[in-house]
Amino acid sequence: MIEELRKKAEELLKNDTVKVVFGYGEGSVPERTRPVFITKPEDVNKLTWNKYCVYNLTTYLKRQETRKLGKPAIIVKGCDARTIIVLLKECQIKREDVYILGVTCDGVGDPLATKCESCDVHTPRIYDDLVGEKKENKEVPFEERYAELDEYEKLGEKEKWEFWQKQFSKCIKCYACSNMCPLCFCDRCIVEKNQPQWIDSSAHARGNLSWNVTRAYHLAGRCINCEECQRVCPVDIPLNLLNKKLAKEAEKNFDYRPGYSVDDELAMSTYKEEDSQEFFK
Amino acid sequence: MSKAEAKPENQFEPKIIAFLCNWCTYAGADLAGTGRKEYQANVRIIKLPCTGGIDPLFLIKAFERGADGILVSGCHPGDCHYNSGNYHARRRWNVFRPLLEFCGINPDRIQFSWISAAEGGKWVETINGIVDAVRELGPFESYQKLNTIGPETTGEATAASGETG
Repeated sequence: MIEELRKKAEELLKNDTVKVVFGYGEGSVPERTRPVFITKPEDVNKLTWNKYCVYNLTTYLKRQETRKLGKPAIIVKGCDARTIIVLLKECQIKREDVYILGVTCDGVGDPLATKCESCDVHTPRIYDDLVGEKKENKEVPFEERYAELDEYEKLGEKEKWEFWQKQFSKCIKCYACSNMCPLCFCDRCIVEKNQPQWIDSSAHARGNLSWNVTRAYHLAGRCINCEECQRVCPVDIPLNLLNKKLAKEAEKNFDYRPGYSVDDELAMSTYKEEDSQEFFK
Repeated sequence: MSKAEAKPENQFEPKIIAFLCNWCTYAGADLAGTGRKEYQANVRIIKLPCTGGIDPLFLIKAFERGADGILVSGCHPGDCHYNSGNYHARRRWNVFRPLLEFCGINPDRIQFSWISAAEGGKWVETINGIVDAVRELGPFESYQKLNTIGPETTGEATAASGETG
């Protein structure tokens, strides 16, 4: 599979279809990989593929530094391909401006990443070229996909508050979560705006609560659950629980799951007359 | 004034912030006023053009500034002055409300309603309802007492940083 990937990348660079290939390279230890940006066909041997390729490379589609390199080919797993669908739908990239090298995947991480436990995109849903044997995308039932939330949802109000305060109090406002997130692409984040100062910028309990709630809310109906925010968090806040909760509500209320089809309407930019309003008086 | 006279001393008076749309609920509240209807005076109204323009951050900010409860109210579905603002707002609250609940904020502190310009009576009922509900819950101390002076250096943290350094 690695050979196939390298051959494909070499071909794309040689015939000038793309200027750069975003892929995974070997890390400092065998259990790690790092992103590589290949611009010359003779460098393709730097590409690798193994179960430690956890990261979502689509975050480099939003960055100025990597955008400057020219049209990219990007190596994506099934889950990462969902990000590309969201980016396309939100007009952040044009389909013809990116070459998608899909890889089929059985799950990554050692131990297996949480996101892989309920994976239903072993084969990417969007790609120009597929590397690896095509796998069946088996539907996972709703309850199973959000099972991780159960133990937190059944906590009492006070326990929930205490749990999240304990988590948020660790936050140092480094913004790694939003920097890494492929879907947090505003040139100027709400947290950088100070007239008025919507979100307190110092790392105290009140500011941390509003930052973390807002970050999660801005991903409602958009987050594809790649868990990058949680992975990069230096103080291990379980951020993906918040994202997952919002995904669950979006699916329950609007019957919408982001990143599955380029044709459906974005959950938060549309509405239905029959939307739930049981809590309205 | 019978209500005010019956009020026990030292009773907690919640602060309720109401975000109202200009076209329906604000006019409804106005109608309650012109109709000389009496309701509890705990509500501070913020008039906005449309519920569709209410960012969830407004709610967070209101709690930060000392609100004990929040009401968001606008036109009934189908009646929006801008055609669809209230439908978009409804979608937003459909995800934002469970998020706050998930973080441990009692959903009774944030209420939503549709009140038209003709429903002065419903406005009175809604306000009395939310004031009583929030009074029952008590002051939102857990939020208001959140630290605003940055992380404290505890003995534990100092010891940990000593190890790495």
